[in-house]
Amino acid sequence: MDRFSWTSGLLELGETLVVQQRGVRLIDGEEKVKFDSGVLLLSTHRLIWRDQKNHERCIAVPLSQIVFIEEQAAGIGKSAKIVVHLHPASSNKEPGPFQSSKYSYIKLSFKEHGQIEFYRRLSEEITQRRWESMPTGQAMQVNKDSQAGRIRAVGIVGIERKLEEKRKETDKNISEAFEDLSKLMEKAKEMVELSKSIANKIKEKQGDITEDETIRFKSYLLSMGIANPVTRETYGSGTQYHMQLAKQLAGILQTPLEERGGIMSLTEVYCLVNRARGLELLSPEDLVNACKMLESLKLPLRLRIFDSGVMVIELQSHNEEEMVAAALETVSEKGSLTADEFAKLVGMSVLLAKERLLLAEKMGHLCRDDSVEGLRFYPNLFLTQS
Amino acid sequence: QMSKQLDMFRTNLEEFASKHKQEIRKSAEFRVQFQDMCATIGVDPLASGKGFWSEMLGVGDFYYELGVQIIEVCLALKHRNGGLITLEELQQQVLKGRGKLAQDVSQDDLLRAIKKLKVLGNGFGIIPVGGTFLVQSVPAELNMDHTVVLQLAEKKGFVTVSEIRASLKWETERAKQVL
Repeated sequence: MDRFSWTSGLLELGETLVVQQRGVRLIDGEEKVKFDSGVLLLSTHRLIWRDQKNHERCIAVPLSQIVFIEEQAAGIGKSAKIVVHLHPASSNKEPGPFQSSKYSYIKLSFKEHGQIEFYRRLSEEITQRRWESMPTGQAMQVNKDSQAGRIRAVGIVGIERKLEEKRKETDKNISEAFEDLSKLMEKAKEMVELSKSIANKIKEKQGDITEDETIRFKSYLLSMGIANPVTRETYGSGTQYHMQLAKQLAGILQTPLEERGGIMSLTEVYCLVNRARGLELLSPEDLVNACKMLESLKLPLRLRIFDSGVMVIELQSHNEEEMVAAALETVSEKGSLTADEFAKLVGMSVLLAKERLLLAEKMGHLCRDDSVEGLRFYPNLFLTQS
Repeated sequence: QMSKQLDMFRTNLEEFASKHKQEIRKSAEFRVQFQDMCATIGVDPLASGKGFWSEMLGVGDFYYELGVQIIEVCLALKHRNGGLITLEELQQQVLKGRGKLAQDVSQDDLLRAIKKLKVLGNGFGIIPVGGTFLVQSVPAELNMDHTVVLQLAEKKGFVTVSEIRASLKWETERAKQVL
């Protein structure tokens, strides 16, 4: 920390602000010093730290003093840090908070994040070494007579103007974003209108629309996110994309299904697939549309929709009706079971356990007892004992 | 012909994306604006991961990933709250799971993600209660009766059989059933 010098914190002429970050603590090597909560500014020439509570308390170090920098990832209860290795202080350095230090590096602790962006910018500045080609007002500071006062004033005004411009630009960026968004939406609206008129033509079978064109039209709708107004045909709302997706799913889900007794809820599938993809995730609708095509594509999985609306994927080889017979045995052994108890016994999710019991009930094997204590299933003695 | 228009639109969208893609990810306010505008013109940017909006603006990934996180939170807490969670708590838990460096997630974001999840037939539901919402993650355990009583209980934090009888004019049995 002995490389730092006290400074006013104002940028010199020719010095530009690159990035700044609040909530940064300076650490001398491994020891905390009382520079805990400040704004860290990176300029083309220096690294400046200004105390958030006391703006007069401001120190800086020239970027030319930096040997190299490293990142230190955040830990439990610890903020992410950048380690800055420094050259020894030059003999004509301006006075600073420390005369000496046993460390030749400092750490910047980012308590309010921003470390990634700052590291990137700092790396850039160190590589580009812009301070070498942009002489700052320091040459003028050598002139310590009464003229210096006036030159400084010019400097301050110039800097204030720069900051004001930057503020305006940020505002402009935000309102520009909204403006551009409105314009974009206008164009999108035109697309929607166009698609409606095409859809109408298809419905009324005008204009010689071929099967091919219909398929292409569907994919246009998909790209735009427009609901398909054309009546369902063989593929439903599916498109080429969904067909491919269906084939992919068949490959991905084979093993997981076998591990889970041949059946998985669509929600589980959604999480599994998207977690595996990491990027370019599937929308829920994509998944449903693809699954609807599984059977028609003769793939080894199929989509099944229970009466309650719950959707599952099951292996073709899986026969829920056979599972019901096994379920009946389990329930009979225990006398009666709720969905929760059954799920625990068999090692299934409660959702699917419930569906199996409901199916068993539908097939007449089980009876329900619906009370304030919950829903409990009994073997259907009316059937077996009458 | 439509394909020409589509290409032109695609170019416009690419331009927009190159300038403003960051806004979508960083600003919850911008996302709301964006979604509302899409809804007005009849476009659903979240319908497919293959849609332009998703591919170029990355809107899709943001919401689909949020969907996964919501499902996981609900699953993890189901044994404790029976599948009912307030929107606030859901927000807290999701933010916790996302870690310190992730973007902010607003309640509007959560609601939109949940609306999409319903397509999966999992019984996700959003119940308006008081000034906020309850998120239900187990299918069909709640019917209208339950919902109405919940809303009644919201006001004071509890509800009694006599209260239910008085304000809803139900018989004792029905009230007891729901409770």
